[in-house]
Amino acid sequence: MVEFKNVTKNFGRVEVLRGIDLQVNSGEVVVVIGPSGSGKSTFLRCINALETISGGDLLVDGLSVKGRSKDIYQIRLEAGMVFQHFNLFPQMTALENVMFGPVQVRGMSRGEARDIAQRLLKKVGLEERGDRYPSQLSGGQQQRVAIARSLAIKPKLMLFDEPTSALDPELRHEVLKVIQNLAAEGMTMIVVTHEIGFAKNVGTRMLFMDQGTVVHDGAPAHLISEPPSQRFKDFLQHVS
Amino acid sequence: MQFDWSVVLISLPDLFDGLKLTIIIAFSGLIGGFIIGTLAGLFRAYGPPLCNVLAQVYVELIRGTPMVVQVMFLYFALPVLMQIRIPGLTAAIIAIAINSGAYLAEVIRGALQSVPRGFMEAGLAMGMSPGKVLIKIVGPLAFRRLIPPLGNQCIISLKDTSIFIVIGVGELTRTGQEIIAGNFRAVEIWSVVALIYLAVTGVMTLTLRLIERKMRII
Repeated sequence: MVEFKNVTKNFGRVEVLRGIDLQVNSGEVVVVIGPSGSGKSTFLRCINALETISGGDLLVDGLSVKGRSKDIYQIRLEAGMVFQHFNLFPQMTALENVMFGPVQVRGMSRGEARDIAQRLLKKVGLEERGDRYPSQLSGGQQQRVAIARSLAIKPKLMLFDEPTSALDPELRHEVLKVIQNLAAEGMTMIVVTHEIGFAKNVGTRMLFMDQGTVVHDGAPAHLISEPPSQRFKDFLQHVS
Repeated sequence: MQFDWSVVLISLPDLFDGLKLTIIIAFSGLIGGFIIGTLAGLFRAYGPPLCNVLAQVYVELIRGTPMVVQVMFLYFALPVLMQIRIPGLTAAIIAIAINSGAYLAEVIRGALQSVPRGFMEAGLAMGMSPGKVLIKIVGPLAFRRLIPPLGNQCIISLKDTSIFIVIGVGELTRTGQEIIAGNFRAVEIWSVVALIYLAVTGVMTLTLRLIERKMRII
C-alpha cells in the first residue's frame, strides 16, 4: 500500500530523512516512535505529499508522490490525515466539517453527505455535538471530529500525526479509543505517537526512528520487551 | 452672523447631484480597488517571485506618491505623453481604484497570512487543489479579518474623492465650492457639505458593523 524507496528529504542543508526503505501493507497498524527531531512527522507528511521528497521514490497504492497534481490529489483522497492540532475549520460546525470533504472532493449531494457525517459522528461518540463549533468543543472532542472528517472521504489508509500530543492526559484516552476501534475494523494506519502503551496494544508493527533513519522495525511487544539497542532502551525509559 | 437655512435648502438639489457623483466614483473605484488589491495581495502572499516583486513595486509606487499627483498625471500628463485622453470621471475612478488597491493589497496579504497554515494543510490533505482550498476555506477566514480594515479603506476612499476638485469633476466638494462662488455663503455650504460626508460615512460604519456581527470573527 505504501512503498518507500530510498526516500530522502532535506530542509535546506538539513537532512531530515536519510534513505528510508520500507513497505507498509494493507491492514497493518504501524506505530512510529522516536525522539523529537528524528523525522517522524516528516516521514508521515511525505506520504500524502504535504512535504515533497528530495530523493528516491514513494508510492501510495501504486501512485508516486512525485507524479502530477492529479495523482497527488488521488493519493490524498486515499490517505486521510489527522493532525496534532486538529485543524478543524473554525467557521463550520462539527457536522459541516465532516460533510465538507464528501461534498467538495467526492462530489456528493449535501443530503447524502449529511447522512454519512451523522453516522461518522456517532461512530466517534459525538452524534449529539454536530451543531457545535470547534471552539465549543474540548480538545479530545475536536480531535474525534477531525478523525470523522478524515474518514468521511473514505480513505484506504489513515495517517495520524501525534494525534494526542496536544491533549490533556485525561482526554487522550477517548481519542486513542477511537483509533483503536478503527484498527480493530482493519483500517490500515500509520500512527506517529509518544504513547508507548497504545503502540504496544494497538500496533502490529513498530518503527523506531532516530536522526532521519528507521533504526528498528519489528513487532511492538517484542521490541519493547527486548530492546535491541541501548539507544532504544534509553528512549523507552524517557517516555514511560 | 446669521445662519441662513434658505440658502441651504436651495442648494440641496445641486449638492445631492454632487453626492451622487461622489458615491459613483467611490463605489466603482473601490470595487476596482478590491479586485486589484485581491490580485496583488494574493501575489504578495503566495505568488511566484516575479509576481510578488511586481505587486510590491505597484504598492510602493502608489503608496509613495500623493493621489493628487496621480490624478493630475492621468488627466493632464497622459494626453501629452501618449495621446490618451481620459474623461475626468474616468480618471477619478481609476485614481481611487489604483490607490485603494495598493492599500488593500497589503491588508489582504496580511489577512491571508494570518490564517494558520494548518487549515490550508487540512484542506490539501483532503485532496483539494490549492485554489479550491483558498476559495472555500482560507479566503472566508481571511475575509473575516479583513472587514475592519476594509471599512477603514471605504471611508478613506469616499473622502479622497474630494480631491478630484483639481480636475473639475463635479463631485460633492466641487459642487459646494461652485455654489459658494455664486452666493458667498461659505459657513452654510461647507457645514452642510461636511454633514453630508459625515452622514454617508456613518451609514458605511453601521453597515460594516452589521456585516461584522453576521460573520462573527473567529
